Parts: sequence; C-alpha cells; structure tokens
Amino acid sequence: MRAILGRLAICAAAAVVLALLPFTLSGLNQVLAARVALYFIAILGLNIVTGYTGQISIGHGAFMAIGGYTTAIMSADHHTNLIATLPLSFAIAFGCGVVVGLPASRLSGVYLALATLALAVSIPQLTLKFSHFTGARNGISVDGTVGYLWLYGVSWACAAILFVVAWLVLRGRTGRAFRAVRDSEVAAASSGVSLVLYKTLAFGISAAFAGVAGSLFVLATNGYAQPDEFSIFLSLYILIGAAVAGLGSLWGVMGGAAFVALLPNISQSAPLIRSIPVGGQDIAAGLVVVLVMLLLPTGLAGLLQRMALAASALRRRSGIPTAERG
Amino acid sequence: MSVYELFGRLGIRDLGARRISTGASVPVLALLVAGAVFLAVGSLMSSTFAELTVSGVAQGSVFASLALALVLIYRATEVVNFAQGEMAMGTTYIAYQFTVWGLSYWAAFFATLAIAFVAGVAVQQLVIRPVQRKSVLAVVIVTIGLLSLIDGVVLWIWGGDPKFMPAPFGNSVYHVGGVTMSLTDLGTIAVSIATVVVLWLFFQFTKLGLAMRASALRPAAARLVGVRVNWMLALGWGFAAALGAVSGLLTEPNQFVLSPTMMQPILIYAFAAAVLGGLESPVGAVISGIALGVFLNLLGQYGGYLKDSALRLPVAFAVLLLVLLVKPSGLFGRAAVRKV
Repeated sequence: MRAILGRLAICAAAAVVLALLPFTLSGLNQVLAARVALYFIAILGLNIVTGYTGQISIGHGAFMAIGGYTTAIMSADHHTNLIATLPLSFAIAFGCGVVVGLPASRLSGVYLALATLALAVSIPQLTLKFSHFTGARNGISVDGTVGYLWLYGVSWACAAILFVVAWLVLRGRTGRAFRAVRDSEVAAASSGVSLVLYKTLAFGISAAFAGVAGSLFVLATNGYAQPDEFSIFLSLYILIGAAVAGLGSLWGVMGGAAFVALLPNISQSAPLIRSIPVGGQDIAAGLVVVLVMLLLPTGLAGLLQRMALAASALRRRSGIPTAERG
Repeated sequence: MSVYELFGRLGIRDLGARRISTGASVPVLALLVAGAVFLAVGSLMSSTFAELTVSGVAQGSVFASLALALVLIYRATEVVNFAQGEMAMGTTYIAYQFTVWGLSYWAAFFATLAIAFVAGVAVQQLVIRPVQRKSVLAVVIVTIGLLSLIDGVVLWIWGGDPKFMPAPFGNSVYHVGGVTMSLTDLGTIAVSIATVVVLWLFFQFTKLGLAMRASALRPAAARLVGVRVNWMLALGWGFAAALGAVSGLLTEPNQFVLSPTMMQPILIYAFAAAVLGGLESPVGAVISGIALGVFLNLLGQYGGYLKDSALRLPVAFAVLLLVLLVKPSGLFGRAAVRKV
C-alpha cells in the first residue's frame, strides 16, 4: 500500500511539473518537450512488446508512419479535427499491429527482429508507390497549423493517458500473461496462456501506441508527413531509447525518451561531439547504447532500482534516516 | 559419470542432434533445376532476358557475399549482425581512401580485406563477447548501436556527399550472340565466386577451418579437445567482416558511387537471402542470394504492376516474411527442433 501511495505521489508530482513547465519554456523548447512526450509514448509501446513480452521489434517506425500518415491524410483530405485523428491513428495502428503480429507470433528472437526490420524499411517505400494518397517524396501536410503550447498540451495529455493505459494493462492478468510469455513460452503455454493471443495483443497495443506517437511526430515536424522522416533510423532510435530506459520497466521510459528527443541538442552542445560537423548525433547514439549495454544492461530503470535498494540497505544498516547522518 | 552425462552437463543434450547438413531436400533441388531451366530457356529466347539474368546474377552475388557473412556469424554465435551492412560500407570507404592516396584499386582491395578482418575480430572481442551470454536482445541492440556508430564515423570523416572510385574492371562490354554483358558484371560474379570458393577451401581443408567449424557447432566439445573457442568465434567475425568488405567493394562498381546509405538496401536483400537459404546454410545463402538478385531484376522488367522500383524492398520483405511463415527453416536449413 505504501509503495503504491509513493508511486502515486511521484506521478502527481510529475504531472504538476509537466503542467507548469510550458510557462517557463520558449516556444521552440515547448516543441522539444512535445517531442519528448511522443518518444515517451513510442518507447512505452515498444517496451510493452519487447520489454514485457520479449518480442524484439525493430519495426516500430513503420507503425509510427502509419499513424502519422493517418493524421496527415485525414486532416488534409477530409479536414478532420486533428485531435479526432489521434484515436483513429490508435485504432488503425492497432489493426495493423494485429495483422503484423498474428504472423509474427510464430516467429521469435532474431527471426522476428529481421521481419520487423524489413517492415520498417518497406513502409516508407510503399508511400512512394501509393503516391496519390501520400504525396510521394514531398509528403503531405495537415490542414492548418498548430501552436506550440497546443502541441505541448496534446502530446503530454496523450502521454499521461497512455501511461495509465499501459500501467493498467501491465499490472493485471494481461501483464502477467505477457511476462509469462517472455520468461518461458513453454511454461506459459502449459499454464493455459495462449501464446498467439497474447503475442498478437502485445503487438497490437504497442503498435497502437506507436501510431499515436507517429501522429504527434507529424504534428511536431511542422505538420508534414514525409517518407524520409520515417526512415529506418527512427525505428532504431526508439529501440535505442528503450534500451537506455531499461526494458521491462515503466520508470526509466522518461529518461530514454528524453535521451532520444534531445539527442540532436545534446550532440550539438556536448564537449568533443560538438566539434563534429556531421554524424555527431549517430556517433553519440551508437556510443551511448553500446556503453549502456556493456556497463548498465538494465538501463536507467535498473540503475534507479539499484540506487533505491542501496539507499534502503544503508538506512537499515545504520538504523537512522540517512538525512540525519549528514 | 558417463560421457553422455558429461555432455548433458555441458549443455549438449543429445549428441548428433545438431548435425548441420547442406543437403537440400528433393523438392528444393527440383525447384532449383526448374529455375535454372527457366532462366536458360528464357535467355535463349530473348536477349533482353539474358542480359537481365546476367546482371541479376551479378547483383545477386553481391547479396550472396553479404548473406554469407551473416550466416557465418549466425552459425558461430546464433546472432544476426545488424551492423554487417554498415561495416561493409565503412570498409569500402577505407578502400576509397587508399585509392585517393594513390594505391591501385586491387592493392586497395586486398589491404582493405586485411583491415576489415582485424576490425571484425576487434569488434567481436571488445563489444560482442561481453554481452553474448546475456540475451539475443542485448546482442541485437549492441549491433544496432554499432550500426549507428559506424554510420556517424563515416559521415564525420568523409561527409555525406557521394564519392567515386576508379572502375576496377574497366568499362568495356562483351557481345555474345546478340547478348551484351558488361565486364563489371562478369568481374563482380568472378570475384564473388572466387571469394566463396577460397572460403570453402579454407573451412574444408585447413586445421584452423576445422577448429572454427567445431567451435560453431559444438563449443563445449571443441573446448574439451583444446580449441580456443572464443578466439575461433572472433576469427569468424573477422572472416565475416572481410566477406562484407568484398560485397561493399563490389557494390560500388555496380552503383558507380559510394555513399553512406549504399549498403542499407543490400543488407535487407542479404537478410532475405540468408533467411531464404535457411540462415544456417552457407550454400543456401549463396544460392538464395543469386536467385533473389535474378528474381528482382527480372521482376523489374516483366513484373507488370510489381515492376515499380519502389517495390523492390517490399517484395524482398514479402519473400522474407513468406519464407518465415511457410518454411522457417528455409530452402537448405534444418527444421529447428526444440527440446522442452
């Protein structure tokens, strides 16, 4: 009970900070913060399928593209309200996720990784083929423009809603089934957990999250959906973010999202990396992910957990609260 | 404790269960023969078809070298190296730098192979080995990190502008009975075949090759007879990197330019070829790579609705997915048998 209260307190504090934050930020930084939110959603989604259910996906950029193009096409061709396109992206990406997840439930390990990678590479090509819908290389623009503050508010509202959704899905029976599939497919199947059902479900949910993230991604890139924006590197960055955050835990996701969203800014201001004119961002991302996997394989979430354990062990050993020891 | 118990404790459940054979089944052989007959008849009937077949074999042999590199690593360590394409791209840039410094193309070629080999060994020892035991996911993520890192380093050193190298085979063309073949295509095929044959001879007839095969198939047993398994796996990465370098160096004359993104589609084709061949079978990877190259080239001409070049990658993806769903063991692989 105390643990749950503590977590609620952390969430409430985060909500207050996020609600007050935009008033201290400039317009461009509000967009940057909105980008953190959309990567938060995408990494959260990837974490459900990869971290909790153990199915490697390198193809979540494809679902982001599906969501993004849904928003752009609905807004440009049908003048749908932008907020109304978000649930639609969720639903369409969920459908696509189920369609991909159903055959994918027969695959595992590297085979699934290969199939999803090929998916991520194929989707931008398909937008070139069906150019009368998607505007080919030039892309397609949403109807009207969005304000910075609007973008910030909508992005973080979606992030908050989807965080609660993820928490509700993962804490109960479904989440237990996901973890059982991850830890041992044989044991899960013998206990009556349907592998096909839960793998497909995990894929669908995580694709739906990626779809919403994709819609916000389009809104955050001046309202343009372009094939080049959804390149394979988008998928790779989401996976890198999830690895940095720590797979199989919800608490590090914010760190992973901030890392991915702020990477261009970090690589422009960090010492050494800053002096590299082009490619610095790729070098920084590559170095960080390799180092994290070598030194901190459980990511930020694992680091937080270890710090919490160490702190409580210290308190217990000394018998007095750490603060009083100075 | 009997020998069998000992093997059991070492993780080898049943002796001989993981025999890797390259023997294809009868339907697969029939399919290959039918494909070859189709290509031969088509080539005799139309010179365009023949030209497309030859250039398709040339492209396919590039896929085949990279697919073979993937298979070498998969057999040794059961992981797929997602950085294989970028490693190939990076080493091709090194060759480019050598030619800028005044080396001839072929001197640069062999120097680059040596560098690629050392780099492959170093990568395995420094970053792959520490995470190898953790999980497939950890290795996948590390290779993706490497992908990004190599991409960034190449952009940093050489920039994103396309670069040009001297043509290794000249620009001449041959005419054989109305069929025009470029020397570049023929040279590409010859170099790939030569590389594969040299590699096969090495694995089949040298003691080191035997030790490497043993380490890949039965690491515990190999260790028992005194093979230094970890070094053998590192050498495997070295050979794979060198093979990848060959594919990168052969991609450049085919595309006429060198760019940081040049190997990304090739890597997808190589993945499709490796999976089609069964991911464990070197012969399968080579045959599937060539078949895929010819198939995509012919599709580009005769594919009707599918001949749009934007659909080349989606078609390769469809092939990959179809194989995984219908026959996950590929054309030449063995069905995976899991013991519960």
